[in-house]
Amino acid sequence: MRELSLNVLDIVQNSISAKATVIEIELLEHIEKDLLEINIFDNGKGMTEEQVKSVIDPFFTTRTTRKVGLGIPLFKMAAEMSGGWLDIKSEVGKGTRVYTSYGYSNVDRMPVGDMNGTVSMLIRMNPDIDFVYTHSINEKSYVLDTRELREQLDDVPLDTPDVIEWIEEYLKENDAELTT
Amino acid sequence: MKSLAELKAIKEKAQAQMTARENNDDGIRVLVGMATCGIAAGARPILNKFVDEIAKRNIHNVKVTQTGCIGICQYEPVVEVVVPGQEKVTYVKMTEDKIDRIITEHIVNGKPVTEFTIGSYKD
Repeated sequence: MRELSLNVLDIVQNSISAKATVIEIELLEHIEKDLLEINIFDNGKGMTEEQVKSVIDPFFTTRTTRKVGLGIPLFKMAAEMSGGWLDIKSEVGKGTRVYTSYGYSNVDRMPVGDMNGTVSMLIRMNPDIDFVYTHSINEKSYVLDTRELREQLDDVPLDTPDVIEWIEEYLKENDAELTT
Repeated sequence: MKSLAELKAIKEKAQAQMTARENNDDGIRVLVGMATCGIAAGARPILNKFVDEIAKRNIHNVKVTQTGCIGICQYEPVVEVVVPGQEKVTYVKMTEDKIDRIITEHIVNGKPVTEFTIGSYKD
């Protein structure tokens, strides 16, 4: 992966496969503390402790079905390369929480890349799932919550082109606001 | 600044157009491989461009969706085009430049772009 936003796009596929109905993505840029955090939370079917171990290390079990791939190991590598870490908390029936941290200014930290592109694509491809995206830079932050959008839209689906365009503009404007 | 209230206007416009978009199920499907292998190879801009171009050209009978890993990771990004009643066509090593021709020649005019398909790479 060349950008962290692509890792996020990949990891969220796991939440979708786990039948999550609400997926939260956090991009927290603590520049003053030289810390970047990216977290993904879902309310999908969750994993046992054994399963969590096996998704972190692709060689942990000799699995028969190709259920688990390289998504989490690549994400973990990206975090550790920059002096950070990856942690997964999961509970069967409740969901999974993936936490990553990075050294913000570490030369080996991959760029975040087009996170807005990841968010808008996830919404467009999965219009029946709710996404909550939080982006913060130091003290400032904003949230995009598709449940709030749905309230306004009634039965109009989130993947309607005009809605996606609105979302993309919303993310862009709020990002600009964060850096002023 | 964007406000949630603007969505009301979008809703009304979309509801007015809704009937025109409904008959989508028997149309052409474009499947973009979006597993770890596809994403790493650059599938995201490919999928975005397909969606944008199809919207821009006002083509209504096409649905762009994502699919998983189909086992030919070395040929990613992979795009499959499924026209009802015809054999599925698998395009490999996709780039944004190839999309124009696939839309014009295959999706609109029904003639697969053979040189971009997996058959042209494998022999």
